[in-house]
Amino acid sequence: MALYLTGDRVGMSFPLIRTLVDRLVGGLIVLCVSVAAIPVLVLLLFVLINGLPGMLTPGFFTDAPHPQGVPGGGVLNAIIGTLEIVGIGSLLAVPVGALIGIFLSEYGRNQVGNTVRFISDVFTGLPSIAFGIFGYTVVVLTTHHFSAVSASVALAVLMLPVILRATETALVLVPNSLREAGLALGAPRWRVTLEIVVPAALGGIVTGALLAMARAAGETAPLLFTAFGNDIIQTNPLQPMGALSLTIFRNALVPYPNLQQQAWAAALLLVILVAATNILARIYVRRIQR
Amino acid sequence: MSTGTAERVAPPPLAGTSRQRRLISGDRVFEAIAYGAAALILLIAVIFVVALFIPALPAITKFGLAFFVSRTWDPVRIQFGALPAIFGTVVTSAIALLIAFPIGLGAALFLAEDARLRFLRGPLSFAIELLAGIPSVVIGLWAFFVLTPLMRDNVDPFLKHTLGFLPFFQGSASGYGFLTAGIVLAIMVLPIMIALSRDVIRAVPRSLREASLALGATNAETIWSVILPYARVGITGAVLLSLGRALGETIAVTMVIGNRPQITSSLFASGYTLPSVIANEFTEAVGDVYLGALFYLGVVLVLITILVNVIARLLVWRFTSPETASA
Repeated sequence: MALYLTGDRVGMSFPLIRTLVDRLVGGLIVLCVSVAAIPVLVLLLFVLINGLPGMLTPGFFTDAPHPQGVPGGGVLNAIIGTLEIVGIGSLLAVPVGALIGIFLSEYGRNQVGNTVRFISDVFTGLPSIAFGIFGYTVVVLTTHHFSAVSASVALAVLMLPVILRATETALVLVPNSLREAGLALGAPRWRVTLEIVVPAALGGIVTGALLAMARAAGETAPLLFTAFGNDIIQTNPLQPMGALSLTIFRNALVPYPNLQQQAWAAALLLVILVAATNILARIYVRRIQR
Repeated sequence: MSTGTAERVAPPPLAGTSRQRRLISGDRVFEAIAYGAAALILLIAVIFVVALFIPALPAITKFGLAFFVSRTWDPVRIQFGALPAIFGTVVTSAIALLIAFPIGLGAALFLAEDARLRFLRGPLSFAIELLAGIPSVVIGLWAFFVLTPLMRDNVDPFLKHTLGFLPFFQGSASGYGFLTAGIVLAIMVLPIMIALSRDVIRAVPRSLREASLALGATNAETIWSVILPYARVGITGAVLLSLGRALGETIAVTMVIGNRPQITSSLFASGYTLPSVIANEFTEAVGDVYLGALFYLGVVLVLITILVNVIARLLVWRFTSPETASA
């Protein structure tokens, strides 16, 4: 707390007890922040140490899982599943989310806009398992079987609030003089929005989309009753499909060492995937800002 | 204006005007599309609510409101009640907040206030963001293989030895149960607790701090009697938003809570939470009523989290909105 000169340094000393309490509180604060930071380091260390051997096992990236009790096998089914489910989900969520964000920024200074913001905030706070129930009722119950598409629909709704808020924030930051310049040149409002405002804010929109994808890739609960999991390599989105998060959840709970090792390796892969997406988002922002 | 003048003034259709008309109609179309997208999210919200209730209907009609107070969870006799799951959710979330609130507040004070070790701020903020980004299934995996043995062999026996006279720390400890789940939840809500309280503490006007320090208060006294009272409402909001996150956390809790529908005083005992019942029993649920009961739990969960979140948003919003801050 050297920011402010404390009493003793400017010559008037605090009573000893007050100084002691002050030091104690300062110490407690430092203790708190270290306790908060420790889990991150411990977690990442464990995932790295336990995950690496499994990841280096031949076949991890190229094979489908072997049946329980049979050694070897890989998680290709889950890698394909995670990429495909999140990919389709993004195709659904990004255009809609960006469009709603444009609405909020350009037309949303009214009651309709506030309602949309409120709903988006409520969605942000909902437990992720609720989105799974949504996907289950809307797609699985109507088509009568589990499918990757139902998981994509569930994840798309989960991603929507992140994308639309990021888009709104990015668009609001675009200076009004840019809009006025476009309008003064005789361009209609829609062309000003799409050809001047959106490109200027593209960094923020892309970042929002990437962060939403990173979050969706790590989700497990919404997939339990939608994608359901599949040990066979499946690329048809209308069929049940595996995912890295499902592999981790299911393999952790079975008593076979090779499957548990696979769970750790899949966890490492998932963390790398999520971290890479996050870093990509940051780099993109920095490059756009320059 | 008379009709005669209007006829006289009416210009021949110039290229310019038709172009202008086309541009304006383009604007109309674009505005309609934007409003359509806004309407879409309202539609999704309505469908979302209906979709939550539809699969729960068989259980809602069978058990009604008695579902909330029944202690039975018996798939064999098809009798279901939410009380054990509600109990587990409340207990684990309470443990999580008891741990995360003081630590989170301390860490937030460090990030927002403390000027010592300033160089640590960047890395620490980054570490906390990192923690927020780690998928919950990965935290669950770590808790399942690392934390539960640690709890079983070290933490639980220690608590039993020192605090064993309390009913909370009695009985056999398997490592799986309310206490472990509460600790996992505490780790998971820490990032949100820290980030929100940090923003709230930063919003305290600088002049207040300076006034307090100028009057001769120590930094600790300034925190206690100026900053925390001023930020109280906002910090309450941060706690409630953390609570909302803790209530709905599914996978990591399912992996460490032991999954047994019971109400006990011992925190070492296995239990259940609302989302972990759904996640754990969905694959084995047969029959409309059993499946319906799981989704009924989902309805209960969503209603509770919406309530908590709306209150929290109102508090945080009231604190950080500029009108109230200046008033």
